Amino acid sequence: MRQEIKFKLSGEAIALEVNPNEVLLEVLRDRLGAKSPKCGCDKGDCGTCTVMINGKTVRSCLVLAIEVDGQEVVTLEGLMDSGLTPLQKSFIEHNSFQCGFCAPGMILSATELLAKNQKPNKHEIQEALSGNLCRCTGYTPIIDAIEAITK
Amino acid sequence: MEENKYIGKSTVRIDGKAKVSGAAEFIDDLDFGPDLLYAAIVESKFAHAIINKIDTSEAENIPGVVKIVTGKDFPFRFGLYMHDRFIFAQDRVRFVGEQIGAVIARDAATALKAAKLVRVDYTELPAILNVEQALAKDANLIHPELRHYKHVPWFFPKSDTNIAHLRKVRKGDVEKAFKESDFIFEDTYTVPRYAHCAIEVHGAVGLYDNSDRLTVWTASQSPYTQRNLFAEALAPLGLSHKDIRVITPFIGGGFGGKAGVSMEILGAALATAVKGRPVKVLWSRAQEFYNTYQRQGLTARIKVGLKKDGTIIAMDNILNWDAGAYVEYGANVVNAAGLSASGPYNIPNVSIDSVCVYTNLPPGGPYRGFGYSEFLFGLESHLNEIAKKMKIDPIQLRRKNAIREGDILNYGGKMNANGLIEAIDKVEKEIEWGKKETSSDPNKAIGKGIALFWKAPAMPPNASSSAFLKFNEDGSINILISGMEIGQGLLTVMAQIAAEVLTVPPEKIRVETPDTDRNPYEWQTVGSHVTWGCGRAVESAAIDAREQIFDIVERALGKDRKSLYLENESVKSKTDNNFSLKLCDFIIAGIQKPDGSYRGGPILGRGMFMPEFTSALSDPETSQGGHPNVHYTVGASAVKIEVDKQTGKVKIPKVVLAVDVGKALNPDLINGQITGGLLQGIATVLYEDMRFNNKGKLINPNFTDYKIPTSMDIPDEIVPIIIEVPQPDGPSGARGVGEHTMIPCAPMIANAVDDALGIRIKSMPITAEKIALSVKHS
Repeated sequence: MRQEIKFKLSGEAIALEVNPNEVLLEVLRDRLGAKSPKCGCDKGDCGTCTVMINGKTVRSCLVLAIEVDGQEVVTLEGLMDSGLTPLQKSFIEHNSFQCGFCAPGMILSATELLAKNQKPNKHEIQEALSGNLCRCTGYTPIIDAIEAITK
Repeated sequence: MEENKYIGKSTVRIDGKAKVSGAAEFIDDLDFGPDLLYAAIVESKFAHAIINKIDTSEAENIPGVVKIVTGKDFPFRFGLYMHDRFIFAQDRVRFVGEQIGAVIARDAATALKAAKLVRVDYTELPAILNVEQALAKDANLIHPELRHYKHVPWFFPKSDTNIAHLRKVRKGDVEKAFKESDFIFEDTYTVPRYAHCAIEVHGAVGLYDNSDRLTVWTASQSPYTQRNLFAEALAPLGLSHKDIRVITPFIGGGFGGKAGVSMEILGAALATAVKGRPVKVLWSRAQEFYNTYQRQGLTARIKVGLKKDGTIIAMDNILNWDAGAYVEYGANVVNAAGLSASGPYNIPNVSIDSVCVYTNLPPGGPYRGFGYSEFLFGLESHLNEIAKKMKIDPIQLRRKNAIREGDILNYGGKMNANGLIEAIDKVEKEIEWGKKETSSDPNKAIGKGIALFWKAPAMPPNASSSAFLKFNEDGSINILISGMEIGQGLLTVMAQIAAEVLTVPPEKIRVETPDTDRNPYEWQTVGSHVTWGCGRAVESAAIDAREQIFDIVERALGKDRKSLYLENESVKSKTDNNFSLKLCDFIIAGIQKPDGSYRGGPILGRGMFMPEFTSALSDPETSQGGHPNVHYTVGASAVKIEVDKQTGKVKIPKVVLAVDVGKALNPDLINGQITGGLLQGIATVLYEDMRFNNKGKLINPNFTDYKIPTSMDIPDEIVPIIIEVPQPDGPSGARGVGEHTMIPCAPMIANAVDDALGIRIKSMPITAEKIALSVKHS
C-alpha cells in the first residue's frame, strides 16, 4: 500500500507517495533525480550511497524511504548553496580523488566529522572515513586534504 | 633545455570540480526516459554442463516482460584476441554464473523475477576447477572446438587439450648454463584469483533505433575496441562500424576490469532484440565479482642457476595460468607475462613456458599489472631465498643482476634507458636497509622487504592513438581523444601537454570522455600506455595547430614563419619585439587584410601516434625475432612491517616506492598512482582472496566476505620517489606508470615477513591466519 511521506531534501520540501519497500537510495535517484548518492554494493558495505539524515550520515541503500517521513535529508547537492565548501575546494587542491565515484559519499562523511570535530587528528579522520570504500587513491590524498583545512 | 611552464607541474585535475561536486555522470546516472527497459540475466547454475532445453513459457507470462532471448537468438562468436565466446551460452555452459539468456522487462524487479522462472534443463559434466585437473592426461575438454577458433597470429593453442595458448621463450642455452651453474635453486609459488573491485559496477545501455543505428553507453576503458567487437559480433545483423556509436561517460574505476568487452556485449545485443527502445543491463555487486574478468590464478615453478659470485646465468620458469572458461582477453596476459617472466634482470640463458589453461572458473582477463604481479610474487620471493642460502645481501644480488640499457631482452630486443639502479639505491637508503630494528613489544617482530619490478605495455603492434584539437572563439580549447579517464588523470595530463605547446593554460582546455561518433580513434586505455601513446597524439595535434597558426600569420601579415613563436596565448616574433597577436583574435575569425577580406579559418589540429617499430611476429618455439614490447617501466619498492607473532597481523609503518617515469608530467598525479597502487597491491597479499566451493561457485562475491582496504588499513608512511630517465619516444620523455605501483607489493611483503619471522610463505595471500599458523608450526 502506497503511503505519502513528507520530508526535506537538501532544503526543499518534498511530498510523495512511496511503497513501504522502496529504498531511500532508489527514491532519491530514480524519482527525485538526486544522482550524487550511488549504488556500489546494495548492502551497506561500500558507502557510496551515503546521505545525511538530520545531520548524521546513513547508507541510503539500507534506509526505507518511509523512514525519512518528517526528517531532513541532505545529499552532496545540498552542501553547495553558496558554492563549493572549503572541504570540496581542498579536495580539488589536493587532487584527492581519481575516478571520483566514491567522492559524494566520502565528502558527506568528512563533512559530518568536521561538524562534530573541527580539529580531528589523523586517526579520527581515518575512522570517520572507514565506512566509505575507495579503490583508487589509497585514501592518503583524501586524508591530507581534510588535515589541510583543519590545521 | 627550456623551462617548461605546464609540463612537470602538479596542476589540479581539470575534472576535479566535476568529481567533488557530484556533476560527474557515470553510466547509471544517465537518464534514458520512461521508455527504458531493464534486462536480467538467466545464469548457469553449473560450472560445466550441457544445456538440453530452455523453457521460457512461465517467465513470458509475467506481466511487464517484453522479451526473452537466449543463445539461439545470437549464435555469434566474439572475443578480443581469440573468438572463444558467445554472447549467450549455446549448447554448453562453462562457469557458474555464465549468461544463458536474458529477460527484458519494463522494470528491473520484474525482469529479475521472470529470469528466475526460466527453466534450464542441464546435463552436468565434470567440472575442471584447477590447472592440475585441466592438464591431466585424458582430462575432459572444456573447448572441444578449440582448433577452429579464430585468434591473433601470436597465439599458439594446442588442439585437443585444455591449453588455449602456450608462449615459449628460449634464449641462449639453458641446459648448458645450468650445467655451468655453481648453485641451482628451484621452487614453486602460487597466486590465487583476485577481483578488481572498482566501486562502480559494470553497466551498459543499448539503443537500436528505428533508423538502424546502434548506440551503446558503457562503463568502459575501451570504447573503440567495444565498437569494433560489437560490429564484428553483430555483423550478421547487417550492422557496420559507422552505424555503431559507443559513448563512455566517466567510469568509477577500471583497473583492467572494464577493458575489452565483457558484459557490455549484452547491452549491444539486447538492444537489437527490442528495436526502438533503450535497454539497460547493470551488474549487481555479486555479478561484478563472478561475471566480469578476474585476475587469473598462477602456479609458477621457478628454477635459477647462479655462479658463486651471485651472477644469475640461467632461469627456467614454467607458469601455469588458471585462465578460466574463456580466454579471449586473458590469453594475452599469459602471453605478455611469458615474454617478461625473468623479471628486470640481465640473464643470458632463459627458458619460459607460459601456459594458458582453460578451467571451469569465471573468465580471466586484464587486471592492473597484467600478469606481472603474479609472476613477480614467485620470482622476487625466490631471489630472497637464494640470497639467504648464498649468504648474499638480497639488494646486492638484485643490483648485481639488474638489467641495464642495451642488455638483451628475452625476445632479442634491447632494453631501453632506465633508472633501475637509481631506484634500488634510493629505496635502499630511504628504508634504512641493513639497520635492524626491534619492537619494544616482545610479541612483535619488525622486518623489511624489497622487490624490484618492471612492466611493458601489452599491445598489438598496431595499437594507435589519435586526437583532434579545436580552438574556440575566446582562445580556449577542446581536445577530443578516446583515451579514457579512469581516474589516473589522463584528461588533465593531455591538457598539460597541449598547454605546453600552445601556451594556453590547462584551465582553459577542456578534455572530455569519449564518444566514438565525435572523438577519434584510440585502441584501449590499458597497459599504462595512454600517457605515452595518446600523449604523443595530443602533442602532435597541438603542434599541427601551432603550424596552422603560424601559416595564417605568415599568409595574412607577411611575417617569416621561422621567426614566429607562441607565448602567453599570443603569437610573437623573434625579429620584431613589437609584434604580438592574441590567439583569440584570429583562431576562428581569421586575420583581416587591408582590403577587408580574411585569411585563415578555424584552427583544428590533428594528431596520431602508432609505434611503428613493434612487431608480434616471432618464432613460436623461442619468441626470438619480433619486437613485441615498446618499452619497460622499471622501479624498486621496499617496506617495513611490524608483525604480531601471536595473531599474525601485519602493520605497515613505512613503504617506499621508486619508479622511473621517464618524465613526471604531473608529479602529484604520479604520487596518486603510487599511494593508490600500493594499497591495492598490499591488499592482494594481506587479505583479498577469491574463494570457490568444490562446485566452482564463488562463495565470497561481496565486500563483506571479500575485504578490500578501508581508510584504517593504510600504511603509516608512504614515500613516493620519482625517477626521470627520459623515454626518447614519449611525450616530453614520459612513459607509463599506472600499473607498476601495484606489482611489487606481494613479494616485498612476503620478503619482509621472512625477514621478521624467518618464515617463507609461498602462496598468496599472506593472511594473518597463515602467518600465525606458520609461526606455530615453525
